[in-house]
Amino acid sequence: MPTVGVMTDTVRQPVDASTPDVTQAQISAQMEDAAQSYLRGLADHGRRELHPRLDYPAYRSSVLRHPTKDPVPVDPEGVELWSPVFGERDVAAVEADLTAVHAGEPLGERIVVTGRVLDAHGRPVRRQLVEVWQANASGRYAHQRDQHPAPLDPNFTGVGRCLTDDQGWYRFQTIKPGPYPWRNHRNAWRPAHIHFSLFGTEFTQRLVTQMYFPGDPLFALDPIYQSILDPAARERLIASYDHDLTQPEWATGYRWDIVLDGTRRTPTEEDVDA
Amino acid sequence: MPEARGIRPVETPALDPTPGQTVGPFFGFALPVPGGAEIAPAGAAGAVRLHGRVLDGAGSPVPDAMVELWQSDTDGAVVQQAGSLRRSAGEFTGWGRAATDADGWYEFWTRVPGGGFFSLAVFARGLMHRLFTRAYLPTAASDPWLSTLPQDRAGTLVARAQDDGFVFDIHLQGDQETVFLDFSARDRR
Repeated sequence: MPTVGVMTDTVRQPVDASTPDVTQAQISAQMEDAAQSYLRGLADHGRRELHPRLDYPAYRSSVLRHPTKDPVPVDPEGVELWSPVFGERDVAAVEADLTAVHAGEPLGERIVVTGRVLDAHGRPVRRQLVEVWQANASGRYAHQRDQHPAPLDPNFTGVGRCLTDDQGWYRFQTIKPGPYPWRNHRNAWRPAHIHFSLFGTEFTQRLVTQMYFPGDPLFALDPIYQSILDPAARERLIASYDHDLTQPEWATGYRWDIVLDGTRRTPTEEDVDA
Repeated sequence: MPEARGIRPVETPALDPTPGQTVGPFFGFALPVPGGAEIAPAGAAGAVRLHGRVLDGAGSPVPDAMVELWQSDTDGAVVQQAGSLRRSAGEFTGWGRAATDADGWYEFWTRVPGGGFFSLAVFARGLMHRLFTRAYLPTAASDPWLSTLPQDRAGTLVARAQDDGFVFDIHLQGDQETVFLDFSARDRR
């Protein structure tokens, strides 16, 4: 207890130090229970959960925001079998470079993030929109509601867009985002991540997700990452460091491929040729 | 065995999907774009308003949700027209995106879909993975698939007519919980 008092004389503390009552230990125990129960079920019936569990109370904001009834199975019809189209007029080429938005260079570790957008059959998703947003190197979003007392960077906004090419490749240049605190529980910190928004060839493939960086010590503590109960499934959100993508004297490189849920449409000849 | 000409083998998905994650609280500076919810010019001849609230299990508005709308044109045709992020006057793309306001309201200006329903995707802070639903036109309430649902559940998928268009509330949870859709069922059959 006295340690804190001594510390505040020399080390700056947040002005508003009020924190939620729930501890990391309580959240971690909740996450561990869910993980064990999933693994037991897997051993019993073998049904894997490939997406996050909607009812995951360790992420406290989900408690009143998850449906309690099962989704109703239905075959997609009409527009659902198609996706909206985006083109060069929607996205300027410069929007793929998040470091080039302002006059000066943003602070932080410059990185390249690239990969392919594929459907569940391994076919590339061509000429389709990819959107990203992220915190800056200090873990602060350029969003008015982000109250984390870390500095904004006047040279970094943290929003990017691009279209995939004919082989399904996307590519962004940005800076590595920092981890940041949030109010889910006391001393809650999100692992560093980049938000991704993706479209496929069918509206049913619409996906919003988050890409993480390898080896983050916060993975085990984070209820958003852990809401994906299948260990192999959640590891699909972690990019790989790829030295072949690293550019000398310029930027480190990360590779992250994205697989969208299955499509019901008959593939076109163009898809089959790929 | 060579496959018969013109017949494709039944395909089993070869790759597991990348899991979803919540859209989180800070999408507002990235995903919504000016005019993104105005698929047709507000108030123009033939334009209708589709609006409603996103509500949580306590009936409280969800002020940090986002709704995406994808629909056919008035004649039922699926539109494949770029420009939803940078609209030009008179061009209908069929797709739009609206963030909810402080009271949980989303609002689109669009055309009446000839296909009978608006297809919607719902995202929110606290919602782990996007949800799909349909807002059927009141005139499509006798849709054969809708009639396979219990009546009170089917009612959550039918928009209410108003002077300038339609109202469609989205209940994430609770007594009036909206029917959400699972399009992946066939993969498991």
